[in-house]
Amino acid sequence: MADKILNKIYVKVWRQNNPTAKGRFETYTVENISQGNSFLEMIDILNDKLILEGKDPIAFDHDCREGICGMCSLYINGHAHGPDTQVTTCQLHMRKFSEGQTITVEPWRVGAFPVIKDVMVDRTAFEKIQQAGGFVSVNTGGVPDGNTIPVSQEDAEEAMDAAACIGCGACAATCKNSSAMLFLAAKVSQFAKLPQGKVEAKRRAKAMYAKMDELGFGGCTNTGACELACPKSISIAHIARLNREYLKAKIAD
Amino acid sequence: MSILNSRIPEGSISDKWSNHKANIKVVSPANKRKLEVIVVGTGLAGASAAASLSELGYNVKAFCYQDSPRRAHSIAAQGGINAAKNYQNDNDSVYRLFYDTIKGGDYRSREANVHRLAEVSPNIIDQCVAQGVPFAREYGGLLSNRSFGGVLVSRTFYARGQTGQQLLLGAYSALNRQIAEGGVKMYTRHEMIDLVTIDGKARGIIARDMVTGEIKRFGAHAVVIASGGYGNVFFLSTNAMGCNASASWVCYKKGAFFANPCYVQIHPTCIPVHGSQQSKLTLMSESLRNDGRVWTPKKLEDAEKLRKGLIGPNDIADEDRDFYLERRYPSYGNLVPRDVASRAAKERCDAGYGVNSEGKAVYLDFKYAIQRLGKGTIEKRYGNLFQMYEKITDTDPYKEPMQIYPAIHYAMGGTWVDYNLMTTIPGLYAIGEANFSDHGANRLGASALMQGLADGYFVLPYTIGDYLAGEIMVPKIDTNHPEFAEAEKDVTARLNNLFTIKGKTPVDHFHKKLGQIMWDNVGMARNAEGLTKAIKEIQELRVEFYKDLLVPGELNNVNPELEKAGRVADFIELGELLARDALNRNESCGGHFREESSTEEGEAKRDDENFAYVAAWEFKGVDVEPVLHKEDLVFETIHLTQRSYK
Amino acid sequence: MSNFLSASIGRKVFMSLTGLFLISFLSLHLTLNLLLIFDDSGNLFNQAAHFMATNPMIKIMEPILALGFVIHIIWAGWITLDNMKARPKGYASGDQLLKWWAPSKNMFILGGMILVFLILHIFNFWVKLKITGDPLLDKATGTGIEMHNTYALVSNLFIKFPLYDVIYVIGGILVGLHLSHGFWSAFQTIGLSNINWMKRLKFIANLIGVIFAVGFSAIPIYFLLKF
Repeated sequence: MADKILNKIYVKVWRQNNPTAKGRFETYTVENISQGNSFLEMIDILNDKLILEGKDPIAFDHDCREGICGMCSLYINGHAHGPDTQVTTCQLHMRKFSEGQTITVEPWRVGAFPVIKDVMVDRTAFEKIQQAGGFVSVNTGGVPDGNTIPVSQEDAEEAMDAAACIGCGACAATCKNSSAMLFLAAKVSQFAKLPQGKVEAKRRAKAMYAKMDELGFGGCTNTGACELACPKSISIAHIARLNREYLKAKIAD
Repeated sequence: MSILNSRIPEGSISDKWSNHKANIKVVSPANKRKLEVIVVGTGLAGASAAASLSELGYNVKAFCYQDSPRRAHSIAAQGGINAAKNYQNDNDSVYRLFYDTIKGGDYRSREANVHRLAEVSPNIIDQCVAQGVPFAREYGGLLSNRSFGGVLVSRTFYARGQTGQQLLLGAYSALNRQIAEGGVKMYTRHEMIDLVTIDGKARGIIARDMVTGEIKRFGAHAVVIASGGYGNVFFLSTNAMGCNASASWVCYKKGAFFANPCYVQIHPTCIPVHGSQQSKLTLMSESLRNDGRVWTPKKLEDAEKLRKGLIGPNDIADEDRDFYLERRYPSYGNLVPRDVASRAAKERCDAGYGVNSEGKAVYLDFKYAIQRLGKGTIEKRYGNLFQMYEKITDTDPYKEPMQIYPAIHYAMGGTWVDYNLMTTIPGLYAIGEANFSDHGANRLGASALMQGLADGYFVLPYTIGDYLAGEIMVPKIDTNHPEFAEAEKDVTARLNNLFTIKGKTPVDHFHKKLGQIMWDNVGMARNAEGLTKAIKEIQELRVEFYKDLLVPGELNNVNPELEKAGRVADFIELGELLARDALNRNESCGGHFREESSTEEGEAKRDDENFAYVAAWEFKGVDVEPVLHKEDLVFETIHLTQRSYK
Repeated sequence: MSNFLSASIGRKVFMSLTGLFLISFLSLHLTLNLLLIFDDSGNLFNQAAHFMATNPMIKIMEPILALGFVIHIIWAGWITLDNMKARPKGYASGDQLLKWWAPSKNMFILGGMILVFLILHIFNFWVKLKITGDPLLDKATGTGIEMHNTYALVSNLFIKFPLYDVIYVIGGILVGLHLSHGFWSAFQTIGLSNINWMKRLKFIANLIGVIFAVGFSAIPIYFLLKF
């Protein structure tokens, strides 16, 4: 139960002062880290040390620290969100690391996610994909009673599986093609499974797809890396549904 | 007579909202196009308000400090959302939800607001279903409900353990649609750092672009604060790291009264603190108390051995376990409301029965439920929570009881608003957790989501029209107005000041210190002596802060330390007000427990004679005592009684 | 339609459909080739080869097959190039999630290696059969009909040149690996998959991969061991 202390670890982290600056790796030594600490707490401790040494702390994205907001990113030792399964970086604990280890920390490397500073990236591209069609076109008010249209439990559950996406970008970051397909599929599939979303399913699939291509994400080659990296284990079966919706729409055109 | 006008409409409780809607002014579509509204924060309240206002035709500018509106902390709500649908045929009604909320809030909320909340609650569910929120369904395809603490009916709608996420994504999708259509201009990674008032009316904000460091001016005919609560004043809380009270606080300093800051909810089932490096506390859903039994050892020596790690919980025989909630509250047992459960845990730990190395944890044991229902059933009900617990603590809750301890969770207090949700500054509104109005001294589970969405979808879009109808002749706000220049100058000076102190202490150290003072003296149990001490210590901390703060990095670049410094500066001031309010309220109600006002058995004792009012504080200067204004709470419909869960 | 052709998914649909088409060709190819090891006299194989060379349907299909290959190859290059552009800067710590040899990660490389093999394969047999001719082809016996002795051409290569046996075994394995991903991926791309079928399709894909790898490798190994 009691957590072990790591006497010394090395953090090799990408430092880049601004989007246009040329970045480089810096290696820092971090001492006396409890394995019960989360990875981001370790970065907090390192940052505290850097500040006291008069250096600039590492800028990284994080917010809820309970694996749901999707703000944290980081590519750690060759894994998006680090070497654990079904977790975001904020849920990654130092138990996954060992004494004397060098931990390489990089930003998401996706052309459509430019680096803002250090390991913080700009995921506005994901916003644009959502804005292209990730909604049901209803205004507030004037909607029917929630029980007017029954939805089978299986459909609701499958929609929920897809809707669990937190928009962190690990799928695109881990995909060898930097493809945003799993992200896209999660939204399209969620709505395609529900009667409320079905109404404009075709329009949605086409619009979101076109936006993804436009923004410079790669295409899907079905490697399945995304679903392994996804902290919410969203299945690539949703990508098949996205493809189906898209093809149906295109054939009808 | 108080200067506060709550604008509660005439009529019986069930007619007030209809009467009010019939009487308030409406802005014509042509005029809506000419009006601009700023919404700060994009959680449930902010996103739903921004989207709804834009749908009506207003020009909206929305702001969030995250990189996407979808990341607001509403996303972390787990359990569900209440609505008086009566789908279960269990005699639920608008009145019952209204009554439960007033009682749950320990009779410290405004009747009219709460009734309106209950009235619009069914519409929220309909709206969310129409948006494609994947609520849980029964086999027949109809919406499913679960029950929640403190009520007798089953009215909570849910989407697995991620209801907040799904509702927020629903509002976010509505917001995205408006952004795409041009009705909302979205500013992400922007933090509001000042409010601009012209001739006493809210006319815009100053925001800092968190990527470039640029200070920007934004004008509007009305400003809506939807920036959430101030739980992070305690440093460790279940709030997100970035959650802050600065938007509300600058409004307070510009003249908006701040109400009931001492009402803070402490959630009983969080994963306990480990060591001194912890950054945040993780909530385990309240639903766990349905099947888990809470206990500590009966013998002090057992507790001591547990703390030293000499024995494990499973080494303690059933007869040596003290199921203290079942012992103290036989009728509600493990399902007593949040505030009661939290205080009971603290009482046990203070008496020396805490079970982790810090002595600040109790057990939540599923052994008995597993024996009764089988592991499969428990796994189906709580599998994801158990997995989360194991990831964090490295212990398997199927085999060993969970360790839990209370943590700061939600702020019932907030910016004072009238029935229209307008603050004491004309044109400035506060919605969601940022205002104070609906939860009284304690919030019931699954009601935060309800309130946020009620405000954003169904209340504010109506009530803001009443004010904006009088603004239709006001042209687009000119951000070159001297008030904007003045405000910009002020905030620039303020940031420069923080940046140039160049002391020796990073901001987190001050934040932790503040949190410690707050938790020790203004936490679960408060007394006059501790509160007075806290006020003094906070004042000293403020002096030290401005002397010794060290902010690294650059002003005109991404600088999380600078952001934190600004927030902590505000938290220090807010913490003082919180303590002051707690000192003033010499009664125990809901989340606020004054040791001086308790029964012989140590239970809370409310004092309706002297404290049935809203304490609204007016800012008079940083080093000047704020002025207390009282809004008397008039209960026309509900009879006040002492809560009992024995 | 034009934006469909250039959209990332449109291009993938071409890969998918041509891929499935090529798999159907390979199935026929493997079935006929296996006749090589079931009849040491070579009559069965020669008859099959003769049928393939003379049947009008097959003749029509021949250029279509060639086109299928060409599209599959060109589109693969186009897609891969575009996908590489999507990540201008790579990871210093690499990808530790999927194994380095995972076929799904290496489809382009596998495909490229298969292409090299294919060219060699065409030179070994097709060129001799259709263009240059070869003395070995003249000796067809035992069937009563005039036909090439394709069996002699094949057996001669595999018996006389062990290096080719190795190359053909490798070729077979490459094809198997390529298909173990390609088969189910093709269905995924055209949307004919879901959470249940994905598992089944992946299983079938692996099975097909093994069948093709074992099937194609069996032939050179058979000749090497037997003769």
